[in-house]
Amino acid sequence: MKYRVLTALAVLGAPAAALMATPALAAPNEVNVYSYRQPFLVKPLFDAFTKETGVKVNVVFARKGLIKRLQAEGRNSPADLVFTVDIGRLAAVVKAGLAQPVTTPALTAAVPAALRDPGGLWYGLTLRARLIYASKERVKKGEISSYEQLADAKWRGRICTRKGDHAYNIALLAAYIGHHGEAKAEAWLRGVKTNLARKPQGNDRAQVKAILEGVCDIAIGNHYYMALMLNNKKQKPWAEAANIVFPTLAGKGTHMNVSGVMMTRNAPNRANAVKLIEFLTGKTAQGIYANANNEYPIDPSVKASPLLESWGAFSRDSLPLDTIAKHRSTALKIVNKVGYNEGPVTN
Amino acid sequence: MSRLQASTIDTNTRAFRRFRIDPWTVGAGAIATIVALPILTVFGLAFFPTENIWPHLWETVLPGYIVTTIELMAGVAAGTMLIGVSAAWLTTMCNFPGRRIFEWALVLPLAMPAYVVAYVYTDILEFAGPVQVLLRDMFGWSTSRDYWFPEIRSLGGAIIVMTMTLYPYVYLLARSAFLEQSSGVGEAARTLGCSAWAAFRRVSLPMARPSIVVGVALVLMETLNDFGTVDFFAVQTLTTGMFNVWLVMNNTGGGAQIAVVMLIFVVFLLVAERAARRRRGYHDTSTRPRRTIRFDLSPARKAAAVAICLVPVLVGFVVPAGLLLSYAIEFYDVSLGNRFPQAAFNSILLAALAAAAAVAIGLFLAYAVRLRKNNLLRNMARFASLGYAVPGAVLAIGILFPFGALDNAVDSVMRGTFGISTGLILSGTIVAILFAYVVRFLALAYGTLEAGLGRVTPHMDDAARTLNHGPAQALVKVNLPIIRGSIMTAGILIFVDCMKELPATLLLRPFNFDTLATYVYQFASDELLEECALGAVTIVAAGVIPVILLTRVMGQRRPDQEISIT
Repeated sequence: MKYRVLTALAVLGAPAAALMATPALAAPNEVNVYSYRQPFLVKPLFDAFTKETGVKVNVVFARKGLIKRLQAEGRNSPADLVFTVDIGRLAAVVKAGLAQPVTTPALTAAVPAALRDPGGLWYGLTLRARLIYASKERVKKGEISSYEQLADAKWRGRICTRKGDHAYNIALLAAYIGHHGEAKAEAWLRGVKTNLARKPQGNDRAQVKAILEGVCDIAIGNHYYMALMLNNKKQKPWAEAANIVFPTLAGKGTHMNVSGVMMTRNAPNRANAVKLIEFLTGKTAQGIYANANNEYPIDPSVKASPLLESWGAFSRDSLPLDTIAKHRSTALKIVNKVGYNEGPVTN
Repeated sequence: MSRLQASTIDTNTRAFRRFRIDPWTVGAGAIATIVALPILTVFGLAFFPTENIWPHLWETVLPGYIVTTIELMAGVAAGTMLIGVSAAWLTTMCNFPGRRIFEWALVLPLAMPAYVVAYVYTDILEFAGPVQVLLRDMFGWSTSRDYWFPEIRSLGGAIIVMTMTLYPYVYLLARSAFLEQSSGVGEAARTLGCSAWAAFRRVSLPMARPSIVVGVALVLMETLNDFGTVDFFAVQTLTTGMFNVWLVMNNTGGGAQIAVVMLIFVVFLLVAERAARRRRGYHDTSTRPRRTIRFDLSPARKAAAVAICLVPVLVGFVVPAGLLLSYAIEFYDVSLGNRFPQAAFNSILLAALAAAAAVAIGLFLAYAVRLRKNNLLRNMARFASLGYAVPGAVLAIGILFPFGALDNAVDSVMRGTFGISTGLILSGTIVAILFAYVVRFLALAYGTLEAGLGRVTPHMDDAARTLNHGPAQALVKVNLPIIRGSIMTAGILIFVDCMKELPATLLLRPFNFDTLATYVYQFASDELLEECALGAVTIVAAGVIPVILLTRVMGQRRPDQEISIT
């Protein structure tokens, strides 16, 4: 019995030891990434980078908690860069004191000032617009043109959104606070909640699907989901059931969020990390983002994808991203206070 | 030496032993402390928050979370009890067609991750799914405004999905309890003119109650720590609330405070489970070979029995596994990335290592508690088992901080003394993942083995000691062979659970490292069911084989097989 146990341990232990021997520490030609973005979305970019520079990109992907990991690992963290899908997490890393500034002439030239931290603590990589999807059948063109109108009584029982505390909705509400103040934002969110057709659930695409299903007439979603749905056999009918509207906020323009990148305070591969940021903000990578992911490039000289071009130009809300980041925690409290995720049932 | 003297000496040595510093006591104490670290870390974060939002939480969302959590737990408890107990009794005590197949088939849903089942049923029952399409075609409806259809993404949906994936715990425990009941009891009941139903209600059920309570407690712990299903179904439980506060609001203190509220639920469950086990006075101690005499049912009742056993197997396993399999075949080339075989290898290796480690540690703890009968030690071991009810992501954060602190402390010392940086030794390695698995599932090992050892009469140890064996030899030569069924059971349950584990793996893993669960997740989190089907099917397949093994182990009906928690 004893020997059998020992044999079993040896058999299991050998490959485990081999696995563990894989060095987690910084090797000369690598760069280590903690990513909130799914691997299959960023892989083409990293592959292109490796091909161009010979630097290998190592990735850990998680939806939640990477900031905590960075915090816990402290000064010996192997991570060089953090990739996020919204401004909120960029701000959270800065707030936790885990970022270090990076400024190079190339970065300053490539990234417009509004889309980066003034001190170089973070850089936007792509832009995503938060749109209104309106039923082709049941909503006339021009019937809705602003976020403010979502609280109008005429939309009672006709709106679908994902959960209120999702980063994308929080950023929108934070922008609303930035323009109108906290009290008006709360009243607005109460109005939207009353207008909901169902309890908030699913992702952005699921809301557009609900339009096809007749559950609701209006949905809120990021712009690239339209492209994703059009490219997916099963989801194409969802996309075709809706028109997209570029709404205005405070009469200014459509709310935009960024996916971004920042360097960690103790990045062990600083030089390679700078190379990667420069690569991603450069024209080649911006082109890949634009065409593969259908996101709006941050570099104004790089063209958006043909599909996005076909949607035409629109005005963008110019509220600085750090203002949005600042109002996030208030926005989350409003979501809880209003009980947004409970859905349309008033209590 | 008179008998009186002998017993006095014996009592004295025992009292002395309790306070002895020896490898068993110290080792068990150390293990329990290390395993309890993540939970203690969570407590620490809760009581020393940097920004206290407890009043805000209490005024807004927390009461709702608590009510929903209680509703969910009540629903799942009722559902799993109903299905688990009735199926167990039917397959043990009655004759009906297919009984021998149902015996093991009823355990299969254990291999299905609940969140995957949730995805599958959403796919089937949503507007664009086959059921509603068929209904619309039949009745000429066009949009959802034309008819009413139950919303699967709801509290009710969550209760059904969790019931269907978790009832096997109750089934397994109830079944082993029924199997252990002496046929003499059944014979007596029948001699006294009891019908099948009356024998069940008046004899079998009361005798099996402690085991059933243990099973339901396990189920409820799993319900509490589930995140995937409730998140997908937009059910606002304490778990989703905690994630919101901790990882979305990025408020560590607030998240940890909700985690402590959850732990209060857990402690309540543990107390209830303890109380149920303490009243296990009914145990049949006869050692004569048992033969169950099964009831013969009328044709109508046979049909009902088949239906009762068939529905859970269909809903909990056949339908979801079948759909996944068809997707896996159809989307084979999309889903079979070059990382897939490596992910499968990683999953199986990690799960096997974790199962071996957890069983070894659980055995050490259980045996040390048995040897020393030390209450402090016993309570420490129980506290260490709390990890079972803690959601994986929270556990992961509870691991990140102590590991990070340790690594950085070692690094500082090494830098200070030798000028060498050791960097992170444990953080971001598979050691961290293994540790998470052990902490999470130690309860299964410790509980099962404690119960197993509890059935080995101390006379066995005494006999071994008389033959000049030390405690370690007594364990290896006497106890281990007797409780090998419990060891198998614990190992298999932990293996299957580790294969399914997602949140802790996701957060703790090294660079470029995937298990099947994380591989599935990158697609599943985007509701891309087709792309993740192959991975999901593999998880299920890797779980099914041990699950069938498990039922065979249980079927041998040795008296020591018991799954339990502490």
